[in-house]
Amino acid sequence: MRCAEVTVTAALVALIVGIGAGLALGWVVAGSAVAAAVVGAAASLWFARNRYKSWAYLERDEDLIVERGVMIRRMSVVPYGRMQFVDVTAGPVDRVFRLATVRLHTAAAASDARIPGLERAEAARLRDRLAALGEAKAAGL
Amino acid sequence: MIPGSDQPAGAGPGHAANPGSAAGVTPVGTGRDQPVSPGPDHSEGWRRLHPLSPLVRSGRGVLAVLAVAGLSTSGALGQASGQRWYEVAVPVVAAGAAVVNWLVTRWKIDGATLRIETGLLRRDSRQLPLARIQAVDLVRPFLARMLGLAELKVRLAGAPEGDGRLAYLTEPAAVTLRARLLAAHYGLDPATPEPTEQIMVTVPAGRLIGSVLLLTVGLAAVAVPAGVLLVAYSPAGLFAAAAPLLWWVLISGSLLWQRVSSQYGFTVAASPDGVRIRRGLLGTVAETIPVARVQAVRMIEPVLWRPLRWRRLEVDVAGSEGHDHPEGGASVRKALLAVGPQDEARLLLRLALGDAAPTLTKPPRRAWWKAALSYHYLAAGHDDSVAVTVTGRIRRVTMWVPLAKTQSVRLVQGPWQRKLRLATVHLDAAGKHAHAEFAQRSYSEARPLVDELAALSRSARRRAGLLAVPQQVHQAAGEGQAATAVSPVNAAQSEA
Repeated sequence: MRCAEVTVTAALVALIVGIGAGLALGWVVAGSAVAAAVVGAAASLWFARNRYKSWAYLERDEDLIVERGVMIRRMSVVPYGRMQFVDVTAGPVDRVFRLATVRLHTAAAASDARIPGLERAEAARLRDRLAALGEAKAAGL
Repeated sequence: MIPGSDQPAGAGPGHAANPGSAAGVTPVGTGRDQPVSPGPDHSEGWRRLHPLSPLVRSGRGVLAVLAVAGLSTSGALGQASGQRWYEVAVPVVAAGAAVVNWLVTRWKIDGATLRIETGLLRRDSRQLPLARIQAVDLVRPFLARMLGLAELKVRLAGAPEGDGRLAYLTEPAAVTLRARLLAAHYGLDPATPEPTEQIMVTVPAGRLIGSVLLLTVGLAAVAVPAGVLLVAYSPAGLFAAAAPLLWWVLISGSLLWQRVSSQYGFTVAASPDGVRIRRGLLGTVAETIPVARVQAVRMIEPVLWRPLRWRRLEVDVAGSEGHDHPEGGASVRKALLAVGPQDEARLLLRLALGDAAPTLTKPPRRAWWKAALSYHYLAAGHDDSVAVTVTGRIRRVTMWVPLAKTQSVRLVQGPWQRKLRLATVHLDAAGKHAHAEFAQRSYSEARPLVDELAALSRSARRRAGLLAVPQQVHQAAGEGQAATAVSPVNAAQSEA
């Protein structure tokens, strides 16, 4: 979801750059630049679609599972009891599309459970649920 | 007053950099409305640090600055006289700041919390819940040791190192305070005397020096032939080779000195309140780690030590080194055995982890195609209380993570691994690098392993929680991270 939007904006930027370059350097260059931008955008769109499709999360009774990655598949299982805090962030592009990223932090730096591109309401629901569960099941270090 | 005005920046190294950080859960309102003067000991129980502590704290810096000032004004550079006055002012200001810092710092034990207040303009009041102590260190730098002083460092998870620091107390006072803190940690009467300890392992100086020498000799075995070759090919290259060689000698010499002086007289003792480690030649360090706080243990066998079958043990304890990191707490790594043979290592492992000895299995033969250089070491195994993994290419690293301490379980599968139907399962403990790696397991084994480890960690955690309760009968705040209703948002700040 989010990635697709990001690449659309990336394509727009590429187009503008291409046209700008073309105006400065002549029409042949401009044509190839635009073509390159279009191809690049298509490729990154394809990558982004795959990436988007690979994200998945599952709320179980005791832990949260997050899966991601196309080339390198990663799966994290984070018990609610180990959660230190929950982050909800929304960058400028996210905000345009009313999206947010929920991120779970544990005391281990490596356990990275991040769920990007959530609808804002869903992000808030997930955050509250995680916070409540974390409180109920909290375990000391 | 100039020293006073730059005090918060100059003399509060621990707290000035991280406002409102970990330990200061609720900055108690001693702050703004109190008069700027420290208000010495008007309320009961507040204690000061030792009067000589500003001298020791700023001692080294002042000496260094004085030395530099002395050098530069000794005429070698022919400086103007105005410069000289300026340079003397720096140590004076620093010393003044240290004195002010001493004046405004006070501490007391308040039931189950240690409270430290400091700061002149910006009062900083820290409350360290003793039930959450991860480790207590008694540090004696050389200068402090000469004066019979010691610094007490209380480590809490997520709290920057400077937060639980009492520098300096007299040695006996520091020792009794440590006993009180640990007694309170276990929910005992604070007046309980320090329990007797049983010395488990001492590292002889000869072995320590030998081990460090072996490591540098290994480097020399590479560096010297390279240098000789270079000189043989071009005699003019002698000069080119001499400078790096000199550097190398200097660096390895200082490394050697550092290793030997910091680990000299390495002694590990077991006592009911935890594992005690003492080490140091000029400045000494005495660390106490409650056994239940061990996050992970790692055994390293460098290739050059192999003929002597020596190994090194390290433990990871939650707590953060330096900056307060948003990515969860970093861990503090402590040497559990500087260097020692197998039976000593086994003894200490049993001390830190109990009797668990899971059987190790090797990854499938096809993993060789993915990890040709490390395949010969790769192995992993777990039982219901601890996971053990072996990794490493040239030096073997064995990692133990108690399942009760697991933070998360991860499965990672790269493209090559997918081709070979392999996957790596990581078991993360608190900290940055404390994780056990079930490397290159067959995918059909790894996928169920993730769920199994998650389930086992859950039950191990529950068992540990049950164990912790009777230990702390009278303590409401107990090991009660398990029970306290702190919302995770605060939890990040307070208990990590």
